[in-house]
Amino acid sequence: MSQEVKIAKTLDLKGMFCPGPVLETAKAIKTINVGEVLEVYATDPAAKSDLEAWARRTGHQIIDMKQENGVLRVLIKRTK
Amino acid sequence: MGSKKLSIIVFSGTIDKLMPVGILTSGAAAAGYEVNLFFTFWGLQALTKKSIGQPQPIDKNYEQFGPVMMQRMQEMKYPTWDQLIMQAKEVGEVKVYACSTTMEFFGLKREDLADFVDDVVGVATFLDRAEGGTTLFI
Repeated sequence: MSQEVKIAKTLDLKGMFCPGPVLETAKAIKTINVGEVLEVYATDPAAKSDLEAWARRTGHQIIDMKQENGVLRVLIKRTK
Repeated sequence: MGSKKLSIIVFSGTIDKLMPVGILTSGAAAAGYEVNLFFTFWGLQALTKKSIGQPQPIDKNYEQFGPVMMQRMQEMKYPTWDQLIMQAKEVGEVKVYACSTTMEFFGLKREDLADFVDDVVGVATFLDRAEGGTTLFI
């Protein structure tokens, strides 16, 4: 399913620590259009739950989340 | 979701307290919280143009950890507390207030304060802005 998603922008946040991933994601989501998808790569162990909490708070939609070799990949759809 | 507001009374001017202020502020601003910071007493000292960009003092209790912490933060390319607040202002709704009475105590003028200060106010204004949210004293 995730292969079919068109990605509007990719953020490489590997090596960045809290609150960096959430801050950069919040900045980047404003640069894409509503309905478009942001792809985020992060290695901060807090990134998974932080981005989930951030999405819940801001109302943006996480459409996919995968952990591979210590790297988290998240697809977030801008909803508003 | 509902009302989301975080207000912090920034009382301490040591780096061990300023860092969490910066981290909480930027995390909250990124998540859409309205953030109000009220810098008072030693916190206000840290907010002067003279102090910003200089190494901040560390609490005596944590003195022994100071040098190694600073080195680690540099290695991690971790932002400074004031950079965190400026990033928070970029991404969300953050207001930085300076306590008017403390300014008089220290003989400070508006132009002595960092550029990201929004206003010089009293406690009644701060409490009014903080109403209905979470308030911390750090």
